[in-house]
Amino acid sequence: MKHTLRQVFRSGKFVVGFSIFMALLLIVIVYPLIIKDAPLVIIGQGTFFEPGVYVNVYDSIGSPHYTLNLDNAAAKRIASKLGDEDRLAMQEWLLAYGIPENEIDIEDTVKLLDQWANDFDPTLEFAGMTYAKRNYYVRLNDSLEGILETEGVSIAVRNAETGALDETGIVVQSDYVNISQVPNVRVLPLGTDNFGRDVLTELIRATGVSLQIGLIAGIIATLIGLTLGLLAGYIGGWVDDVIMFITNMFTVIPGFVLLILLSFSIGQEKRGAFTIAVVIGFTSWVWTARAVRSQVVSLRNRDHVNLSKLSGHSIVHIIVADILPYIASYVVMAFILQISSGILAEAGLSILGLGPRTTEVPTLGLMMNWAMIYQAQILGKWWAYFPVIVTIALITFSMNLMNTGLDQVFNPALRD
Amino acid sequence: MADENNSCLSGSGLTKVFGFGRQKCVAVDHVDFNFCNGEIISIVGESGSGKTTLAKMLLGLISVTEGEVCFQGKKRDISTQKKKKEYWKSIQAIFQDPYCSYNMFNKIDAVLLDCIYMRGGRKLPHAKKVELMAEACSFVNLKFEELTNKYPFELSGGQMQRLMIARIFLLKPKVLLADEPTSMIDASSRATILEMMMKLRNETGMTLIFITHDIGLAYYISDSVYIMEHGKFVESGSADKVILYPSKAYTRRLISDVPKIHEEWDLSTV
Amino acid sequence: MIDMSNVMLEVKELTTKYITRFGEDVYAVDHVSLKVEEGKSLGIAGESGCGKSTLALSLMGYYFAPLHYTSGEIIIDGRNISGMDPDDVRRSILGTEIACIPQSAMNALNPTQKIINLIEDVIQAHNPIITKKEIYELAKERFEILGLPAEVLQKYSVELSGGMKQRTVIAVSVILCPKILIADEPSSALDVTSQKMVIKMLKDLMKNGFIKAMIFITHELPLLYNVTDDILVMYAGQIVEKGTAKEAVFDPLHPYSKGLMGSIIVPESGLRGIKLAAIPGVPPNLKNPPAGCQFAERCKYVQPECMVRPVDIREIGDGRAYRCIFSEEQLRKAYNSG
Repeated sequence: MKHTLRQVFRSGKFVVGFSIFMALLLIVIVYPLIIKDAPLVIIGQGTFFEPGVYVNVYDSIGSPHYTLNLDNAAAKRIASKLGDEDRLAMQEWLLAYGIPENEIDIEDTVKLLDQWANDFDPTLEFAGMTYAKRNYYVRLNDSLEGILETEGVSIAVRNAETGALDETGIVVQSDYVNISQVPNVRVLPLGTDNFGRDVLTELIRATGVSLQIGLIAGIIATLIGLTLGLLAGYIGGWVDDVIMFITNMFTVIPGFVLLILLSFSIGQEKRGAFTIAVVIGFTSWVWTARAVRSQVVSLRNRDHVNLSKLSGHSIVHIIVADILPYIASYVVMAFILQISSGILAEAGLSILGLGPRTTEVPTLGLMMNWAMIYQAQILGKWWAYFPVIVTIALITFSMNLMNTGLDQVFNPALRD
Repeated sequence: MADENNSCLSGSGLTKVFGFGRQKCVAVDHVDFNFCNGEIISIVGESGSGKTTLAKMLLGLISVTEGEVCFQGKKRDISTQKKKKEYWKSIQAIFQDPYCSYNMFNKIDAVLLDCIYMRGGRKLPHAKKVELMAEACSFVNLKFEELTNKYPFELSGGQMQRLMIARIFLLKPKVLLADEPTSMIDASSRATILEMMMKLRNETGMTLIFITHDIGLAYYISDSVYIMEHGKFVESGSADKVILYPSKAYTRRLISDVPKIHEEWDLSTV
Repeated sequence: MIDMSNVMLEVKELTTKYITRFGEDVYAVDHVSLKVEEGKSLGIAGESGCGKSTLALSLMGYYFAPLHYTSGEIIIDGRNISGMDPDDVRRSILGTEIACIPQSAMNALNPTQKIINLIEDVIQAHNPIITKKEIYELAKERFEILGLPAEVLQKYSVELSGGMKQRTVIAVSVILCPKILIADEPSSALDVTSQKMVIKMLKDLMKNGFIKAMIFITHELPLLYNVTDDILVMYAGQIVEKGTAKEAVFDPLHPYSKGLMGSIIVPESGLRGIKLAAIPGVPPNLKNPPAGCQFAERCKYVQPECMVRPVDIREIGDGRAYRCIFSEEQLRKAYNSG
């Protein structure tokens, strides 16, 4: 056993696959212990918040302020308000106004703003300018108000008795807060989804659930397929005929349709993650059974099996000791494929709305479902679906890598 | 008239048919034979003659379609697994390809221990088991200390076949059926293997049945020769009679088609 | 007119090696020298792993990694082809000067093509202007001379029996009349009757002048004795004995050939129950060959001086040679005393 383990870890492919898989598993287990938030809690009011660090503004006013004099602070401030699109729009307006092109430099912020301030007139109409465009320019103009201001802003609190605003403090442009002193800071590495839920927490929880579903579905499907394949292949005769008949029935009916029907008939209330996993397992064993059966049929007439019979071993012993090890690599490969197709089947079901209940646990499929329905890909909100795809790919990839790396375990003749 | 007291294995009208209807294949067609205890018999035939199917029927690995097999003068009954196991205590086999004969996941120790267990030696103390295995290995000129904890495929072809003979030494069956035991072995190792099988026969009185396509080998080693063609026994008798004075045309052709050293090999009859 | 003095193939000290994936050198053919004259056939005998199949590949001059040419000369009818570029070899040597039928060549026939298409392929590769009709006529004539029915040309390889396939492969490989044919175990997988037909065909090829010399490789000694004029015995990549077929089989000098000849079994009267020679042990691992004689650890007559230095081959005239440090008289005396 120890020797086998050593052999296993010698293979580069296995080690890489194993590391990726273990890393995923560790994250899934450890993360909820650190971040104790429930995954489906809506924390964002609004859709698809971008990934980033969210600092509570109210608390940052109250936190100690520090003065930092940084060179490029002003330029950065202006640049964030005045993006490239805006600059081009301004240039367009100025050209239409009549200022020659060579006098307009969109890179020179001060000059550009200067020209704008002098010349912009919201009432002017140019040919071909739509109403929407005119409104846009008005909004742009308003947002540029005070952009070059170097004055600070006042913080005022409404006086409960007089109703007037009493100034309590001033925030100047060189005031900074230390984030670690702000009590409420939320890092959202993957932003929020359409409902306003933290995508990262959701994703990790969903990975755990999908892995469970995949594992359960995979185990069930592989066990059924293996048992039926072994019996049909080794015993042959009428046992083989019966099993093949059942297999053919399951082949003819499209697995996915069966899945949909079963899922639908179970009903919304009983449809938890575990139930879905079982359903998937019971409908996807066909390929494994066929593959195992054909392998067993070719193995049962081999000399070593005959010799085993002559040594008086029982049928069970022969199947377990003489046939099973020879198809082990095949079965593990089938198992891995069943896991990944289980995860994808659940995703497919969820996209149709027939997956696990949406109110308790997320799954990878559900996340994809929501992203699709709420058009994340059209809106360019990549964080809602891209990490999900990468996770599914990593799970499948790492398991396949482990399987190819296990060649030396499955074939002792390849060991050195 | 067959000597029933001395009859080891005999058969009458033994037939095996595969498939039915248009795909019917009569692999073994109503063969009769009588092998005596302690005899060395060769069943000679070309590929497709049905000799391997006959061998498997004699071993009890495949079922008989028609006909009867008698073992030790009594009708053979292998209808249940228990009876089969009992039967296999008396008849064992060696197959052609040593690389396929072993389960590649079993170490050599396991292979030999299996044989000890079959003879009821499961409860023996470990030291006694090792002693038995070492004795079997030395019988075939292998050293057990060098083999222990190794896998069979780490040995050469000849050594693996010898290990097979070591198994037979431990099992001590009454009948050994060898299906082309030396066709995949080098000429220089062939003699060793044949010698060991003869030695085993001489010490235990075992009956040896060789299945082969090599008529030279059949002549060299056997007492009786049975020539098989298309599932039937074409000719049978003592080795000298069949090979040196063949009466059937098929036998004559078979012998003349083999290249010889002291006699002319006539190519014109092709 | 066959000129017996014309040397068709001459090999001088040919050495080729395999480079394993760990970078080790395995010298599968170790300073092999041989000569085949016009109209003669040479047999190469040896057991598995002795290097005879590697020798066959090396003689063709067509090297594929991991097989590499190291040193030595191969001269076909006066033309030195050693060290030639594989593409040149393919174009001008293979099939036209020298043809090789590797082991289980009969399984290499393309199952999706008719035999006549395969022949067209071969001929057109060397002669682009010949027409299909001419090819068909040539093939038909050739097949009939060799005893193969013309219908075979229109069949697919899966429709042919084993013996027929092998004979077809042989006929196709010599369709361009190469000077030398190398046959590696051409009849091992066949039953005795088909074997006889294959051998007869090979002899007919020589008789009709389609090939001028032949090298026959097999481990079956009675076959070699009946087919070839001279026999070479190989062991661990080296030639250990050379002589005419009669000499090699009935009067072997090298202890290994003696053992090999002593293990021959044939269905002839008087040979029942004779003591067969058995050679204990296994051939050496060519990754770490022994320092002295390669056969020393298995030899019945081994002396301490055998293990010290590598042994050179001894020529004793008339093409007879053997590789041993002892003289002829010493060896014969040892054999006679048992």
